[in-house]
Amino acid sequence: MNKIVEKENFSEKVVKIVVEAPLIAKARKPGNFVIVRVGEKGERIPLTIAGADVKKGTITMIVQKMGVSSQKLCALEAGDYVTDLVGPLGKPTEIHNVGTVLCCGGGVGVAPLLPIVEGYKKAGNKVITVLAARNKDLLILEDEMRKHSDEVIIMTDDGSYGKKGLVTEGMEEVIQREKIDECITIGPAIMMKFCSLLTKKYEIPTMASLNSIMVDGTGMCGACRVTVDGKTKFTCVDGPEFDAHKIDFDEMMSRLGGYKSEEQDKMDHFQE
Amino acid sequence: MERSEEYIKNERKKEWRVELQKKTKAKDRMAIERVEMSEQDPNERIKSQRIEVNNGLTKEQAVKEAMRCMDCVNPTCMEGCPVSINIPKFIKNIERGEFGKAASVLKETSALPAVCGRVCPQEVQCEQKCFYVEKLNQPSVAIGYLERFAADWERESGEIAVPECAESNGVKVAVIGSGPSGLSFAGDMAKLGYDVTVFEALHEIGGVLKYGIPEFRLPNAVVDVEIDNLRNMGVKFITNFIVGQTASLEDLKEEGYKAFYVGSGAGLPRFMNIPGENANGILSSNEYLTRVNLMGADAEDSDTPVLRGKNVVVVGGGNTAMDSVRTAKRLGAERAMIVYRRSEEEMPARVEEVHHAKQEGVEFLTLTNPIEYIADDNGRVKQVRVQKMELGEPDASGRRRPIPMEGSEYNIDATVVVVAVGVSPNPLIPNSVEGLEVSKWGTIEVVKDKMQSSIPEVFAGGDIVRGGATVILAMGDGRKAAANMDVYLKEKYLSQKVEQ
Repeated sequence: MNKIVEKENFSEKVVKIVVEAPLIAKARKPGNFVIVRVGEKGERIPLTIAGADVKKGTITMIVQKMGVSSQKLCALEAGDYVTDLVGPLGKPTEIHNVGTVLCCGGGVGVAPLLPIVEGYKKAGNKVITVLAARNKDLLILEDEMRKHSDEVIIMTDDGSYGKKGLVTEGMEEVIQREKIDECITIGPAIMMKFCSLLTKKYEIPTMASLNSIMVDGTGMCGACRVTVDGKTKFTCVDGPEFDAHKIDFDEMMSRLGGYKSEEQDKMDHFQE
Repeated sequence: MERSEEYIKNERKKEWRVELQKKTKAKDRMAIERVEMSEQDPNERIKSQRIEVNNGLTKEQAVKEAMRCMDCVNPTCMEGCPVSINIPKFIKNIERGEFGKAASVLKETSALPAVCGRVCPQEVQCEQKCFYVEKLNQPSVAIGYLERFAADWERESGEIAVPECAESNGVKVAVIGSGPSGLSFAGDMAKLGYDVTVFEALHEIGGVLKYGIPEFRLPNAVVDVEIDNLRNMGVKFITNFIVGQTASLEDLKEEGYKAFYVGSGAGLPRFMNIPGENANGILSSNEYLTRVNLMGADAEDSDTPVLRGKNVVVVGGGNTAMDSVRTAKRLGAERAMIVYRRSEEEMPARVEEVHHAKQEGVEFLTLTNPIEYIADDNGRVKQVRVQKMELGEPDASGRRRPIPMEGSEYNIDATVVVVAVGVSPNPLIPNSVEGLEVSKWGTIEVVKDKMQSSIPEVFAGGDIVRGGATVILAMGDGRKAAANMDVYLKEKYLSQKVEQ
């Protein structure tokens, strides 16, 4: 049982939760994730780590309401407990001083990108961050990103904030302007696919962090299978980050829908 | 816990045993027919994942079956037991009606008697070495059924005896993984007086006993009682803790742990790497069984979804394949099929499991191998393309090698496919501990009879060493490791060094 010490509603669909987890706070590195379970009948779901406070012994998660499990988690308040929390899981991001790094985040994918941006900056890189959201209200962690980036470019679908357009438009502007040595992209699968296609054109090494379906998160179930360079990999123990240019994104997107109708049934049941 | 020949002989000469030996003539004992286990009706039991198939023996049945045991001077059955249970002693206690004492005999050397009584392949272990089989060519004494009876009787009586433990020596040891191997190790170390903490990655204790073996074979409540028994012996359990990730082995050493037993299991499912295998609807037996057994996805009030299908194919011929296909039947499959590349004779599954599966209406497509999966427009599997096989010369496993028959391919309709073709060792521990020697298969290398790894304070056993075996072999490793770690720790920390 882990206590929620702070909760903030970023928007109707997106919630920030700070949870007591001293060991995870100490052990986690950029790129790691956790598995959370709410309630005795609860499902195990993977969630990214947006930050940690080693002194306070807490980690921060940013959760988007999607299915039953994320709804239940978002319904908890400060003072409540999550039933189970385990981690940190996955391989950490390989962060080196490479020169100029382009970090691209979309939607709640901005959350796990934050520790990576911090890491790249700390390692001495010039960090240019492109954040994308459907509209101004759905944009998260802008101030934190500005703190750790040399430049932040905001893209919104409706132009309500920053520039109007897709994340790739913001990226291409930067790529044409200056030499980019490495790129990392985290967000919806379709966004990562197009980021990857773009950087492939410019031959910029790119990593994408995947959010596959998982049960245990320790290599045991194989639900998180993804094809990378023609070989099957497990997102939980081989990833979650892979060479974006080698990921079969179409298969990955299809697999994200692997339990779609069953999840819908659970959702209908939940809302009754 | 001494198991010398002399000890066994002396036990046999105890007054009560001698009395029993005299009471019934050998001829009369041999005249009794082996008991038959009563089972739930197949048509009824497939309605729920949680109805246990075997009912267990009644008191009368158990006592009568115990009478068949000849109390041999040289109990060869014990040679077949990986955890060296004093088999005649527990059976004779059943014969004289001392069921609680029978359970205590089991617990002298086994941390999980009610589990072993259900899932051990006794037919190839103790029972195969029974006098009846070896000398009379008759059905063995039903040692497994009797083991289950004694353990169940104790549990149901509510008078559960806590095994005697030596006085605490204050030495902290850590167990990584709470499956059968780790639990067996923990039990023995607690008896020896060590301060034992078991770390488990999942949110439940029990490892494969909980996530893998279905409740129709092994109810979770039975496992929980055995775990409580270990708790009563002073063993501590910490869930949601992945050694190597949540904290490192070095961190635990700083916390005062002096030695480690790695029983992290074979947690990585294998796939066949055939075209279309990553289509939706195709999953590992680990995923399928975990969703149902650990997460309770068969129940409507569980938040965890599980795939159901009218036609379900399970690939493989082991116990896990049988567990999966029988689970599919219970989740409502009209056709639940085993697709196995060799013939039924070569199947590694227990005969009992195959028999139960057939009773439940499972179809067996043997000498058949999947070669490709065909998906619909939404990426969901709709057909399995299979090829017929024939058997050739024996291969390295001693079983006849399956050879594909050209031109024999055909398609089977299925919207759920469960792949149960084996597992590989979980890489988390081997990857996170520097200096740990690992084989090319990813298993931890140990000195065979000691279970000690290349790092002296790290011992290992079960599937992380074997790559994929049975509950009881994993438990045997745990016992061996405990005995050897005890020697290692006594030498290092507890011996009174005599000044020269």
